[in-house]
Amino acid sequence: MRIGRATRIALYLYGVLVIAFLYLPLLSVGFASVSKARYLTFPIKRYAFQWYGKALESYTVQDLLWTSLSIAGIVTVISMIVGFFGALAFARYQWRFRGVFQKLILLPIFFPQAVLGLALLMWFNSIGIIPDWKTAVVAHLVWISPIATLVIAIRAYSFDPALEEAARDMGASTWVVLKEVTGPLLMPGVISAGLFSFLLSWGNFPLSLFTTGADSTLPEWLYAKMVSGYSPLVPTVGILSIATSMILLIVAFTIYWFVRSARERGARII
Amino acid sequence: MERSDRKIGFLSAVPITVILMLSFTAPLLVVLLFSVMPPKVFTLAHVPDFSSYGVLFSQGYYRSLLWSLGTALAATVLLFLICWPLAFAMAKVFKGFTLFITVAVVITLFVSENIRLFGWVLTLMKGGLIEGHLRAWVGWSFEGALYNVPVIIFGLVYVYFPFMLFPLVQGISMVPDDARQAAADLGATRRQIFWEVDLPLSAPGIVIGSLLTFVLGAGALAESKLLGGQAVIVIADEIETAFTYGQNWPLGSALSIILIIIIGSLAVFGVSRVDLDKIMGRRR
Repeated sequence: MRIGRATRIALYLYGVLVIAFLYLPLLSVGFASVSKARYLTFPIKRYAFQWYGKALESYTVQDLLWTSLSIAGIVTVISMIVGFFGALAFARYQWRFRGVFQKLILLPIFFPQAVLGLALLMWFNSIGIIPDWKTAVVAHLVWISPIATLVIAIRAYSFDPALEEAARDMGASTWVVLKEVTGPLLMPGVISAGLFSFLLSWGNFPLSLFTTGADSTLPEWLYAKMVSGYSPLVPTVGILSIATSMILLIVAFTIYWFVRSARERGARII
Repeated sequence: MERSDRKIGFLSAVPITVILMLSFTAPLLVVLLFSVMPPKVFTLAHVPDFSSYGVLFSQGYYRSLLWSLGTALAATVLLFLICWPLAFAMAKVFKGFTLFITVAVVITLFVSENIRLFGWVLTLMKGGLIEGHLRAWVGWSFEGALYNVPVIIFGLVYVYFPFMLFPLVQGISMVPDDARQAAADLGATRRQIFWEVDLPLSAPGIVIGSLLTFVLGAGALAESKLLGGQAVIVIADEIETAFTYGQNWPLGSALSIILIIIIGSLAVFGVSRVDLDKIMGRRR
């Protein structure tokens, strides 16, 4: 089956178009965040960065940043640990209830998040817990720890079980195998799962909506402002939130790239 | 070795299972219990009377349910049509470009859904990016494209795009090139190859992708609120209202249970038909 030149070019064009389509709304938010006017209309007449200064000075925004950061941080750490073991049970070991377990892991991902948030709210209420940002951590975990598990499971599928068996044949205990063989082999998966967990928690809105109680996360605050009418701080804080994610991604990729090239150099010397 | 495999497998499943039992299964049980309570109570210490389920038909909540399912279905079909050519190209035609598209699409997932939808509001509204520039440059003016049903479907298509694209790519890359080549050598037309080789062999990816988009779309809330301006009320919206303004937890629970049953049976049906080990690339 050969694919003609014209088709090939059309497909590349289509790919570029789709990506442009995905980023168009972010372009609008970006322009809106540097518009000087209090009421936004396009085309923008005067540009100014004043709203960024105002946003960063505002105590509300600082509080929001801190709440979102705490939730995302804790969710990341727990998801990485739980996901590591979950992935082993998901992909690596043959055990009795593996099939059921795999489906249990998938269910929360298929679940409408707003409904899940409400269900959690009722659950906390009926066991006498007053919701605040810590209950939002639990809510995020329900959705994010299965995703972390899947991300690590992909890595766990691709490594050769013979490596573990060899270590065990040479007399390593279960714990030593886990620490010296399985752990290092899965580490790239664990790190990307951590990155996923942080970013998904940072940007999550439907789960936070009902489970943060009196506290509020960045996406929640943005939503409240969007529904109640335009405020020039909305695009600005939105861009700040996106910028945080992007900086984290860039830092992660840079570290990855450095580690990889350092390792390649090391391998060449040996 | 077999025995230790079983034991370690079980033990490693414990932490996440405990988390999901306490914060997924238990809350759903509470919702189920609340849904059979009499209206407007806030504890479970009442005699169950199932009256909240009756309201579904008497007060027209079924209409919201149908809107949710309808818009989700439309979005799923559209997404399949939009994603198929791209997914095919990513699996079989593009080389380095596939990685570029993958990264570009994944990055959008990390931007809060409501910021992206808000971006569409700014793009499509009167005086927004499109209308504003058209008016200034060409002199065209129109009433913005927001606050109707098609724009809700558009929002769903936009937000759930990655959830259709990636499973499709995975599904199509499971189609062996040899099978397509053999079909072509035996004189199959392009159309025949599509219907009789590509579609059936990539079915697991299609099932997962369609299921994800439909299920997430049916429970979606932000698209209809931000873009649709409540041109129609979707079921997730009714559920939220019942819990917040309505202060009627049993009603909200009953509506949730109905949505969960529809979505859940679809999800369980779909997931049980797909071999996860095979899709995710198990080695042995």
